[in-house]
Amino acid sequence: MSTPAKWEAVIGLEVHVQLLTQTKMFCGCTNHYGDAPTSHVCPVCLGLPGSLPVPNEEAIRLTLLTGLMLGCTLAPVARFDRKNYFYPDMPKNYQISQYDDPLCAGGQVPLDPFLFPKEIQDTAEAKAGRAIRLTRIHLEEDVAKSFHFEDRSGIDFNRAGTPLMEIVSEADLRTPGEAFSFLGSLRQVLLAGHVSHADMEKGQMRCDVNVSVRPIGQKEFGTKVELKNLNSTSGVRRALTYEIARQITACEKGEAIAHETRRWDDEAGATFTMRTKEKAHDYRYFPDPDLLPVRTDQGLLEAARTRLPELPSVLQARLIQAFGVTAYQASVLGADRILCAYFEKAAAQAKSKATVANWILNDFLSTQPDPATTPILPEFFGELADLVADGTINSAQAKKVFAELMANPASPREIVKRLGLAQISDVSALGTYCDEAIAANPRSVEDYRAGKTNAINALKGFVMKKSQGKANPLQVDEILKAKLSA
Amino acid sequence: MSLAYETIATLRHRLLSKEIHPRDILKDLFTQIDAREKTLHAYTYLNRESALAAAEKTDLSLPLGGIPIALKDNLNALGDPCTCASKILEGYKAPYDATAVSLLRQAGSILLGRTNMDEFAMGSSTENSALGLTRNPWDPTRIPGGSSGGSAAAVAGRIALAALGSDTGGSIRQPAALCGCVGLKPTYGRISRYGLVAFASSLDQIGPLTRTVEDSALLLSVLAGHDPRDNTTDLRPPEKFLTQKNGSVQGLRFGLPKEYFLPGMDSETESAIRSAADWFKKNGATLVDVSLPHTPTAIAVYYILATAEASANLARFDGVRYGRRATDARDVLDLYHRTRSEGFGAEVKRRIILGTFVLSQGYADAYYRQAQKVRALLRQDFEKAFTQCDLLLTPTSPEPAFPLGERTQDPLKMYLADVFTISTNLAGNGAISLPCGFTKSNLPIGLQLIGPRFGEETILRAAHAFEQAHDFFQRLPPS
Repeated sequence: MSTPAKWEAVIGLEVHVQLLTQTKMFCGCTNHYGDAPTSHVCPVCLGLPGSLPVPNEEAIRLTLLTGLMLGCTLAPVARFDRKNYFYPDMPKNYQISQYDDPLCAGGQVPLDPFLFPKEIQDTAEAKAGRAIRLTRIHLEEDVAKSFHFEDRSGIDFNRAGTPLMEIVSEADLRTPGEAFSFLGSLRQVLLAGHVSHADMEKGQMRCDVNVSVRPIGQKEFGTKVELKNLNSTSGVRRALTYEIARQITACEKGEAIAHETRRWDDEAGATFTMRTKEKAHDYRYFPDPDLLPVRTDQGLLEAARTRLPELPSVLQARLIQAFGVTAYQASVLGADRILCAYFEKAAAQAKSKATVANWILNDFLSTQPDPATTPILPEFFGELADLVADGTINSAQAKKVFAELMANPASPREIVKRLGLAQISDVSALGTYCDEAIAANPRSVEDYRAGKTNAINALKGFVMKKSQGKANPLQVDEILKAKLSA
Repeated sequence: MSLAYETIATLRHRLLSKEIHPRDILKDLFTQIDAREKTLHAYTYLNRESALAAAEKTDLSLPLGGIPIALKDNLNALGDPCTCASKILEGYKAPYDATAVSLLRQAGSILLGRTNMDEFAMGSSTENSALGLTRNPWDPTRIPGGSSGGSAAAVAGRIALAALGSDTGGSIRQPAALCGCVGLKPTYGRISRYGLVAFASSLDQIGPLTRTVEDSALLLSVLAGHDPRDNTTDLRPPEKFLTQKNGSVQGLRFGLPKEYFLPGMDSETESAIRSAADWFKKNGATLVDVSLPHTPTAIAVYYILATAEASANLARFDGVRYGRRATDARDVLDLYHRTRSEGFGAEVKRRIILGTFVLSQGYADAYYRQAQKVRALLRQDFEKAFTQCDLLLTPTSPEPAFPLGERTQDPLKMYLADVFTISTNLAGNGAISLPCGFTKSNLPIGLQLIGPRFGEETILRAAHAFEQAHDFFQRLPPS
């Protein structure tokens, strides 16, 4: 798993993101997956002779918004280029993309420590708080989808011409864990801006990885290998872990690393040569003469700016500051904006805000609720936390209230009444219970007085049993101690 | 006299006065076609039945109501073939209307048929058609010019009243000049290219070929305007052209670029152009000597940029989705190779290879990007010239129609046919060609008037004045 101290890996990512637009990138066809093959097509996205592209402004706005969220430099004038290569899933045999003048340049993705793999979140690697620089973000059209059958192939053109945003990182990443966190952290930003659902397993976010190794201290990069067929964030991590080890083993044996594209086979848990890059592909990029340069400074940028959401890092800091949640809780809440809004509503009026987070993130989440549609009002959790805080119920009673809340949603105050759970905090009533306990358990009293302080638990248990669990345990403790030492 | 000899403007008057019916026009045209098409071969396809059916339900209140119009075979018209005179689009039927075609339909015109052209508009003689050559109505042993040679021959040969063509480096104006009709290449962005099969997207422009300047203006008025489907169309509101025809050229300044009058040029052409210039001067215009110093680079720049764009534009013809598909291909790569080897003609292949080369890594800086820089200089030449004059006056073609076959083996010599028209496409300006005389052997000579960008009104006014003061447009080719 970890890289031997002698070597370090150098990793760069190219992430393709499907955008949440109604229509395709250069025509009015619906941008939607899962419908009958080739049902969302027109002369433009089929590349028929004579058809012309017209850019989708919403896709441009979403790309600019992403650039704003990631601190990129946004181009006042951007251009579309043609990338030439023949492939059956590409209707025009060129792809409209951006080469010399992309919409966004620079920027960075701050790595969220809690979006590293669970088991390394406590390591220095995760806690380093690195930010990964971006090279650029550009906009292009997606290709169609090929299906291969026994003796022939089919092409579904529904995806052809849908908007695709490509985010290219600098070769700043050093570990598989960082790559894992990069993808998770980037996804949080994309979700915050409603740019994409960015689910790798659904192909809404796709990732190519470039990786090389070099002896620590060396400035020059090693020969880079491109990895493909990475269909999940954990797949990226596993593939990198394997590939880095493979390269180091080769280097230590004195073998040269081939400049090639390798395919990750998740089942085999290994990478395999796909094609060597000795003959680099010449895409013959040139500005697409069908498309005017895009002026972003005439409204598009302003429109994107008005849609800037609260960024994950800002949101997390505010949650910690305003609600006293832990950094981990802030990361979990930040990762689910609907849950987060639910929490904020729940904690708004509560006195014990941090406890509200515990209830929601530990107890409520374990019931796999849908915070968007649940009949349990968020205010109920604020009430529940306050009932414990003000001593109306104890934590054992609170668990009962929670269970009842899940089964028959109602105000926790009402549930307390309905179940007759209110805690007994009346000193004289408690005193009577304590006297009974002392009278009924002479042995424990003796033990306690002889210095076995644990013996008090038996007395407490008696009181709780007698009071049907309603006695305020803190007060019982105090009263018993006072009576015993009298 | 056969209605096939009339202009659109005249026929519209006669239609509106109920003197004639649209079917009468079609009948006369078909009679002419039956007599002359065998010689001329201007058409690749005729809409005989659908045209006659359409003639029975035309709305004469529309600007082109009842007027049949021919289309160059690279304009998509729903349900009709659109071959681009290439084997690779054999059997292809257009699944949609080009914007220009749809505007013609909306204006009430009848689609007459499809005209021959150089394959994918690559050529200056229409000899590069995979569907047979077209002959010049004035001398059937000569070429009609190209690439819109079918459109020009049909209009000049009185087997079409008007036709649409496309002009990438002179493909409307040069055949118009060589066939003795009026050809207008509008300013880039004036007419939507949506549905025009692209040759070189930054240069292509649709335009009318007509008998008269008035008809040209009539068609331009219908076709011009912003199209949300074409990102490169201009946003200005629609215009009606040549609504006032006072015939005056008083005060107009005509620039004569010295680079367009070279020693050794065809003497009959030169004297016809000089006489035209003199006529304008006699009628109150002034003549100004101007220079477009980068003119000598235009052909080189054009053949780099146009072929570069074409190499990408024609990549889609691969046999996978439509058009011709090679049989018995071993795999997809073999399918590409065979489909394209069998489907494209020699000139198209030559240009695809040239365009691929100039964009290739290691060469793009020296060719493609360098040519883009020179193109900017050419554009500046025109801008500068138009600070000194209102229109440029030049020959359209360095010489009249040349004999069939003369240059088919010499592409470079063929490329020179567009030497006076290419710069206009590179600069994006509009220009017209109209008849200004005939050689001793009775071949038409074309006068080119180039305007500033979106200066079509001035072009049309001056051209109309000249045309109406002469009888060139009334002369008929031998039948």
